[in-house]
Amino acid sequence: MWLHRYAVFVAACTILLIVAGGLVTSTASGLSVPDWPTTYGWSMFTFPLDKMVGGIFYEHAHRLIASSVGMLTIALAVWLWLAERQPWLRRLGVVALGAVCAQGLLGGLTVLFFLPAPVSIAHAGLAQIFFCLVLSIALFTSRSWQGAGPRAVDDRVLRILASATTAAIYAQILIGAAMRHTGAGLAIPDFPLVFGGVVPPEWTARIALHYAHRVAALIVASAILATAGHIWYHYWSRPELTRPATIGALLVLAQITLGGLTVLSGRAVSINTAHVVTGALVLATSLVVSLRSWRVRFASRESTIAGELPFGRDLREKRSSVGARA
Amino acid sequence: MHVKTLSGFALGLMFLTAACGGGTEQAPASNTEAPAAAPVDAATAGSITGKAMFEGTAPRNEPIKMAADPVCVQQNKGAQMQETYMVGSGGELQNVFVYVKDGLGSRTFPVPTEPVTLDQQGCRYHPHVFGIMVGQPLSIVNGDPTLHNIHATPKLNTEFNTGQPIQGMKTSHTFTTKEVMMPFKCDVHGWMNAYAGILDHPYYAVSGPGGAFEIKNLPPGTYTIEAWHEKGGSQTQMVTVGPKEAKDIAFTFKAAATN
Repeated sequence: MWLHRYAVFVAACTILLIVAGGLVTSTASGLSVPDWPTTYGWSMFTFPLDKMVGGIFYEHAHRLIASSVGMLTIALAVWLWLAERQPWLRRLGVVALGAVCAQGLLGGLTVLFFLPAPVSIAHAGLAQIFFCLVLSIALFTSRSWQGAGPRAVDDRVLRILASATTAAIYAQILIGAAMRHTGAGLAIPDFPLVFGGVVPPEWTARIALHYAHRVAALIVASAILATAGHIWYHYWSRPELTRPATIGALLVLAQITLGGLTVLSGRAVSINTAHVVTGALVLATSLVVSLRSWRVRFASRESTIAGELPFGRDLREKRSSVGARA
Repeated sequence: MHVKTLSGFALGLMFLTAACGGGTEQAPASNTEAPAAAPVDAATAGSITGKAMFEGTAPRNEPIKMAADPVCVQQNKGAQMQETYMVGSGGELQNVFVYVKDGLGSRTFPVPTEPVTLDQQGCRYHPHVFGIMVGQPLSIVNGDPTLHNIHATPKLNTEFNTGQPIQGMKTSHTFTTKEVMMPFKCDVHGWMNAYAGILDHPYYAVSGPGGAFEIKNLPPGTYTIEAWHEKGGSQTQMVTVGPKEAKDIAFTFKAAATN
């Protein structure tokens, strides 16, 4: 269980990292430290704290937190490799490590090349993938996943709904990142209307991007509520599904409010950053629902590989019966 | 007679040097280089003088919050404002970049070797608006006991972002292409901004506290003169300057054009 707790800790640190990254872009501090991997010529870890002023505070703190998360991820990958029986889960730790390394490299490249939008968008997109990877590891190493929970639900509709919702949220996050890194955040200056109407009276690339983000928000919110509705209706007694679904539904409402406030406040730093972080949390809740909807398939695969019965009560029963026979 | 002989010898030597393509400092420019700068005839050169004015009530400058850096707070007592609208009591507008936009033809001009200095002092750029020639060195100095980054964000020249963590540090840069205007910013101190007008000729000026500007040593001709203000935008005038003539013009910016 310590491995699971540690993975949860790394996931929590990753949320902190996303907060720090959101603050860097919200305060336009991305280039306040012009060099990388050094900081004004200092090693990142010996840069004097009293020099962390202005934009440097946000950018350098982001780098320090990112480095810490990187080191925590190395430990997570090693721990998984040594302690985990499932080869795919061991490999998932290595993938997470690769993702955090690539993420660091993208962060450096975007600084050295003056924040080119494609690199910055890729940096934002990979951040969410890395978060999903660590979150997945935390879930896969949990007691409930590894057999202590009730039998997993086997619902094809839920699998399709939850997976499509998760994919839609991720796509929406990418559109948001593109908006953020192309300066389209205030391309439509009013909310909830669009230039006083429903459709923009004129189109530019930035207006189209901003409008796409708003339309996609409605689609994503509908998908989240549809998934939650399905769970509430069919699985009300399954807290491992209702809990993330309900939190996700509440978060998406908060997220739309934050999106509107971001526009109305002229991208106030705190609101803008909260919008980024809440987006990640919405993705997290949907990912948990998705993975739990697929858990029965994971279990089938594991049983095929191990030649045993699926996870859960059946597996425990199998083990106890084997023990009794011995 | 002696002088004539020496002169003839010198001319012959110059001819030989040119014909052989030898020499060092006096070597003619190769075909790929720009033609040599032709000197302006001081006997006929004129000038353009004038004033930049602001009509109506200027919008209030944005307040600056320097709390993010204690050094900046220490160096600036009292309320700090942006330098967007530096307007005198009579409407004189400072920091307007006035330059010859067109009319010089294919003339080329010598590039000064003396650098233009952009100083970071009191967590502001000095000067806020300036002109510089293509190829002329720009010396960027950190006069503050805090860190600055110089981030040039051109459209035509090469972007650069240089850190200056120590007081007294100097960085030199030259621009390769004319560009009006090129912004500078400090990402550490988000309020710091400056603008450079990069030209391939020396006919530019920035209006001072009284709104006055002067473009000197201008060959006689008809020119398009443009005046640029960071919020007021650009406006042009056609001006004909006769031999030895001092032409007086004025540019007036209005509040309506500030957005």
